[in-house]
Amino acid sequence: MLSRRIIPCLDVRDGQVVKGVRFRDHVVMGEIVELALRYRDEGADELVFYDITASPEGRSVDRGWVERVARVIDIPFCVAGGIRSVDEARAVLHAGADKISVNSPALERPALIDELAAAFGVQCVVVGIDSLRDADGEWRVRQYTGDPAKTQALARRTLDWMAEVQRRGAGEIVLNCMGSDGVRRGYDLEQLREARAVCNVPLIASGGAGTMEHFRDAFVEADVDGALAASVFHSGAIAIPGLKRHLHDHGVVVRL
Amino acid sequence: MAVVLVDAGGTNIGSVRYALQRLGVDAALTADPARIRTADKVILPGVGAAGPGMARLCELGLVELMRGLTQPVLGVCLGMQLLCTHSQEGDTACLGLIPAPVGRLAEAPGLRIPHMGWNRLAAKKPHPLLDGMGEDGWAYFVHSYAVPVGEYTLATADHAGEFSAVIARGNFHGMQFHPERSAAVGARLLKNFLSL
Repeated sequence: MLSRRIIPCLDVRDGQVVKGVRFRDHVVMGEIVELALRYRDEGADELVFYDITASPEGRSVDRGWVERVARVIDIPFCVAGGIRSVDEARAVLHAGADKISVNSPALERPALIDELAAAFGVQCVVVGIDSLRDADGEWRVRQYTGDPAKTQALARRTLDWMAEVQRRGAGEIVLNCMGSDGVRRGYDLEQLREARAVCNVPLIASGGAGTMEHFRDAFVEADVDGALAASVFHSGAIAIPGLKRHLHDHGVVVRL
Repeated sequence: MAVVLVDAGGTNIGSVRYALQRLGVDAALTADPARIRTADKVILPGVGAAGPGMARLCELGLVELMRGLTQPVLGVCLGMQLLCTHSQEGDTACLGLIPAPVGRLAEAPGLRIPHMGWNRLAAKKPHPLLDGMGEDGWAYFVHSYAVPVGEYTLATADHAGEFSAVIARGNFHGMQFHPERSAAVGARLLKNFLSL
């Protein structure tokens, strides 16, 4: 039986892992390879690296660290950050990443998803979606969230975009609920449940993990395939072995 | 020992190569028929779709060469599927070295395709490739197509029903999961292949 995945997310900026609160005020959390190895040793199922400034700066991800991570890590990892073309994606995959994730560039040009799926198969193609609830109660997509000054609110409804990216060839969706990100009050279960109902590919919850119960709730109540978190892992507030034991004890299938 | 990775354009070549390096083996990445023919071990990696994968082997003139290999050969993920007879993915004729079909994974409520993540391996037949795997090792899978359980199945995994996770026929072997990304279990199985 497929296990549920625990996925530490490492936001990369200028070659280091950083974390901000509500996507702002980034502080350095550590060195990329060092943190990657630590999480591998602790039993992380997968790692996601976001080059958070690549997209707003209009450049692709730096492949040097992708290769350094690939050499030492024996669990899968996904790389995101400004990948705008099949050639850029190929370079990241050839450097050793298992999957590539696209977000803002897919919003600029949705056909990018079709092209990536055709070139590498849907299983390599993750689409990240940054979503925030507007005053009218609708969840809508945000673009260029790596830089608060450049972040744009779009007219696209999050659930519509989820349906579209699956039609185009997304093999997995990471739904980052910005309203709950960085504040550790739990994943946005309401939004995740609605997303789950329209998502036939693996769905990864992102934004809001603060306690072990939050992870359990996301798996049990929103039926997500994986849960992504950053600050609770970087700070040591939650240790992965204990988290997995907790989930196992509550009936969630995890790799122990 | 000369280990070669067949450069069939798969995108997991880098990670397979690094996994072998962690085991102390420097594998050459090559599409050169002479080097492949004379290697001690041949690995056919692959991420992507069956049609382009076979097209690439044809383009490189490697189809007949692959069919004639007598040393241990390991296909990983799509590479394993290419060793089989035919893939439903793009209605693609494959190498036919392991007489088994490749079909789309079964659908079931609440189970997603692609099958992506860690799943348990269940050994079905004793084989040196599975040494030290234990009763139920975890391995990392990412795929939408699979080989049904059959005569050449050594180990299975379950996602809306059992499918072949490890297959072998003679000197040809296949792993549907990614040993290069399956932590200690994957490293052990790769090591077993290198020891065949």
